[in-house]
Amino acid sequence: MTKVKESWNSRIGIILAVAGSAVGLGNFLRFPGQVAEYGGGAFMIAYFISFILIGLPICWAEWTMGRYGGQSGFNSCPGIMGRISGHPAGKWLGIIGVVVPVIIYMYYVLIEAWCLGYAVNFSLGNLNFSTPTDSLAFLKGFTGMSGHGDGIGFGLQQVGIFLLFSIVLNFFLIYRGVSKGIEFFCKYAVPLLMIIAVAIVIRVLTLGAPNPEHPENSIKNGLGFMWNPTKTFLVREIPDEHGEIKIERIREFVGPRAREEAEAAVAERETERAALLGSGITSEQIEATTPPLLIEHVSLWHQLLNARLWLAAAGQIFFSLSVGFGVIINYSSYLKKDDDVVLSGLAATSTNEFAEVAIGGIMSIPAAYAFLGMAGLAGMTSTFALGFIALPNVFSVMPGGQIFGALFFFLLFLAAVTSSLSMLQPGIAFLEEAIQLSRKQSVALLGGITCFGTAYVTFFSMDTIALDTMDFWVGTVLIYVLATVQIILFSWFFGIENGWREAHQGAAIKIPGIFKWIMKFISPVLLLIIFTVFILQSFFGLLGGEVSDKVLLLIGTEDASPNKVAWGALAIIIAFTLFCTILVALSKRIGTSTQIKNGKILS
Amino acid sequence: MTFGGWFMLITSVGSVVTLFVWCLYKVITIPEETDHIHGFNETRPDAED
Repeated sequence: MTKVKESWNSRIGIILAVAGSAVGLGNFLRFPGQVAEYGGGAFMIAYFISFILIGLPICWAEWTMGRYGGQSGFNSCPGIMGRISGHPAGKWLGIIGVVVPVIIYMYYVLIEAWCLGYAVNFSLGNLNFSTPTDSLAFLKGFTGMSGHGDGIGFGLQQVGIFLLFSIVLNFFLIYRGVSKGIEFFCKYAVPLLMIIAVAIVIRVLTLGAPNPEHPENSIKNGLGFMWNPTKTFLVREIPDEHGEIKIERIREFVGPRAREEAEAAVAERETERAALLGSGITSEQIEATTPPLLIEHVSLWHQLLNARLWLAAAGQIFFSLSVGFGVIINYSSYLKKDDDVVLSGLAATSTNEFAEVAIGGIMSIPAAYAFLGMAGLAGMTSTFALGFIALPNVFSVMPGGQIFGALFFFLLFLAAVTSSLSMLQPGIAFLEEAIQLSRKQSVALLGGITCFGTAYVTFFSMDTIALDTMDFWVGTVLIYVLATVQIILFSWFFGIENGWREAHQGAAIKIPGIFKWIMKFISPVLLLIIFTVFILQSFFGLLGGEVSDKVLLLIGTEDASPNKVAWGALAIIIAFTLFCTILVALSKRIGTSTQIKNGKILS
Repeated sequence: MTFGGWFMLITSVGSVVTLFVWCLYKVITIPEETDHIHGFNETRPDAED
């Protein structure tokens, strides 16, 4: 008996599909925000080290395990991990590789619809904001952040119609299959989004200092804010309740003009303090009411000693490369036995890094800095704030902003579609493999499940609590777990020697030998350390961290009872996990070391 | 923008652009191991083994 199996049409096809999966909002919004928040150039050192020690090894491991699983007839993560591990635990842990992409899709498609909505509204000239307050008001109205159910609506300035279009587009492409749907779309979308991105970068780099009244607000200083490895702050010394002097940062500054202003503020404060001392006021009163101002220089080494910077850099590598998502392992399962995985994995990764560092790193923050200045950017470095509050405001006042705003959000939309497609395919593969559904049936069932989750996130839109809860528990916690499990599985259960041999089967290039050692020892240990520190900080508030507000939403605080919307979002995650668990338990195909030959189960 | 900032920017962007271009060159110049003519292939896993 022969069995019809899906596969990629070409090497460039799967490279663009995996790159499209990895290139998303994180490259153009999350990455620059993280760099700006965590030390600029110092962050990049931790970022590249994390890339080599964590990102690239897991990426190669996923590609290799996926292709190996595919040769045994498996395309779903539970099937592949069960096959690789040769232990029942493998298939159960593999369920995470279905839960992660499907749950993330539920809210990611909503953000995708926001991008499309902004692109359409910019192109129609509907978005003309004069202040960030205006753009915030539009965002709240468009997404329903002000109240539950407010985002439901089908006007051009509500998200409904764009969400419907995004869902239909995703499922249409998924229905067409790996080659005719995903590969076809990514072959056009990824090069197109790169061209658009380069055009926007050129526009941004030629902006100079757009406001003559504030020459310090320039692209050059914006780049400095992003990339300077050392930081300079205007600070004040204030005594705490025990009388000990604490340093409180007032603002960061970049460039000679801002430095002159800061030095003038310091000198003025000294004059003021001297005058107060001469007027008979006690020094204690002066310290309390008019503390001295100082200029603080934070060195590169001082910044690199900050554990949060390393956690942020490692986290960004995870999100950026789509490792631990269950996507790469699924995509590579459609490769053939002698198809290269080493060069393809590196090429897809390098495409993502190009989009992130070379484009995302010099586009979003410098543009926002040039128009809004340091003060305007304060508190605007999160993904949503930068993308949907600061940048719409920038495009509103930028010459040619209507066109570039539309292009920018269309770029984000394309990037989001190529990513959301990759989140659906693992679910489709799982349903077809676990309970032998046809393509129509699997698309219908997954469509129903994800539409329910998306409807929940869209309706309970106030303060994006439902979205943030899913993102934290699945988009952060479970990704760490899956990535850690995968690299341990590859290096220790499959065996590094087997894995190395398998990776080089048909390889176009060789992996440097040092990576054998990195994959076996460094990556698993680093991931375990990072995950432990993350848990201690976010769940217990230890090691200088604070208990995450996503955890507090569930357990409640002295001032607030547990949040029902957050619990509802968690219930969706748990229900879908149970659903997958039942299917794996019922499945005759997904087993520990089951091999499929000629469509028959052999063992 | 300090000297350190320019150094970080040029080094980081230069590294990823070099890697990207090198990968692109390799992908284009190294012939594929498997002929892929159709998206949907009729496969016989026993024959592949």
